[in-house]
Amino acid sequence: MLTGMTALQKELQKEFEKFVDKEIIPYADQFDEQGEIPRDMIGRFAQQGYLGAMIPEKYQGAGMDPVTFGLLCEEIGRGSISLLSLLTVHGMVAQAIEKWGSEIQKQTWLPKLAKGEVIGAFGLSEPDVGSDPKSVESIATVEDVFFRLNGHKKWISYGQMADIFLIIAQCGARPAAFLVTRDTPGFEVEPIQGMLGFRSAMLAQLHLTNCLIAQENLIGKIGFGFTHVAGTALDYGRYCIAWGCVGLGKACLEACLRYTGKRKQFGALLRKHQLIQHMIADMITEVKAARMLCLDAAYLKSAGDPETIMETSIAKYYASTMAFRAANHAVQIHGANGCCHEYPVQRFFRDAKITEIIEGSSQIQQIIIARHGYQNYLFGEKNK
Amino acid sequence: MPKENEQKLRDFFAKFIEEDVDNDTDIFGSGLINSLFAMQLVLFIEKEFHLKVEHDDLDIENFKSIHAITNFIQTKQSIKEPASK
Repeated sequence: MLTGMTALQKELQKEFEKFVDKEIIPYADQFDEQGEIPRDMIGRFAQQGYLGAMIPEKYQGAGMDPVTFGLLCEEIGRGSISLLSLLTVHGMVAQAIEKWGSEIQKQTWLPKLAKGEVIGAFGLSEPDVGSDPKSVESIATVEDVFFRLNGHKKWISYGQMADIFLIIAQCGARPAAFLVTRDTPGFEVEPIQGMLGFRSAMLAQLHLTNCLIAQENLIGKIGFGFTHVAGTALDYGRYCIAWGCVGLGKACLEACLRYTGKRKQFGALLRKHQLIQHMIADMITEVKAARMLCLDAAYLKSAGDPETIMETSIAKYYASTMAFRAANHAVQIHGANGCCHEYPVQRFFRDAKITEIIEGSSQIQQIIIARHGYQNYLFGEKNK
Repeated sequence: MPKENEQKLRDFFAKFIEEDVDNDTDIFGSGLINSLFAMQLVLFIEKEFHLKVEHDDLDIENFKSIHAITNFIQTKQSIKEPASK
């Protein structure tokens, strides 16, 4: 039970839960095995308004507040966090445009993104650039009224399906962000197969060879592509995944509660064994703790408080590590059954590992959190 | 008011940045800004000074130092309330 939620938020939470139970959970393992989601899933998301969840209503989005959006992410994460990553990357593009796009760019792209007429993906990572994104090697050069873009992006979620890509590149050694449409000459998409987890996230490599990008597709200004445009997108991404991990942890817990209530060993249901109870108790406590961290970030986000950036980082770090611990327990409790495709906990385990890597690895979050902790402490000391 | 705003900004920087930052420190050129701090700074300016930082404001001249940010805030506020001031 969450404290402080409005009646509308509670009502919407029920609605999200029903949607996930009906439209996602029965198919999530199939999506995982097939390594893709059907295109009509996009239509169902769009119909519910989920693709434009945080896009303002004036651009035909649902205009959800951060708490409501968090609850949506939690529920979808409960069904399939791999599928949630569609909302993550699509929303990262929308948020970047909404915050830093010109009015014309907003009017051009946001209604299409909200209605699912175009799907967005975020192009930052490269074969040799992961945790140090300032070092992206993709290059944009100014050419007459165009930018000429050359580069190679990797691990791009929903890259196989997306229609527009927010590509981060260096322009005269200054980072810049460009919207690149899939049909741009010189732009090629190469699917990535055989991932450990997030198998239905349709990952791809992107090859950009002499792509000519119109000036009006520059988002923000040159020099602000990483700190501001990508920064906005990444904060949204961390927020979305943090909440999704709460859902993933909850899915692990629910699977274990069901399983331990049915299976007997040594003449007693598993739930009667104290070492099982130990794991269940940890899962219950940690899911709740992760949700509280996410809610804290949500309320700060609603208030426009700068502390939300760090609280989101903390929430993402804790929730993703919690999800992996919960998934680890879930597989352990299910034993051999947990290692088999007949039970979803093997998918939860594989997907949970990915959440500790994407949108800033756990180690990057630890560095950020510790640095902030020292700085806050030193600032407090200075002001005593 | 600009002096007061400069102090607020200096306090904010001290809370998030380890290095000493005075009014004219080149915060972009000295590599003090990462994406997390950039977003914190935008949110701080918006919340503290009741304005919105948008596409047209993305000019390095507006953000290169505390002094520049103070001028930017003053300009934005004067645009917002031209008649009464």
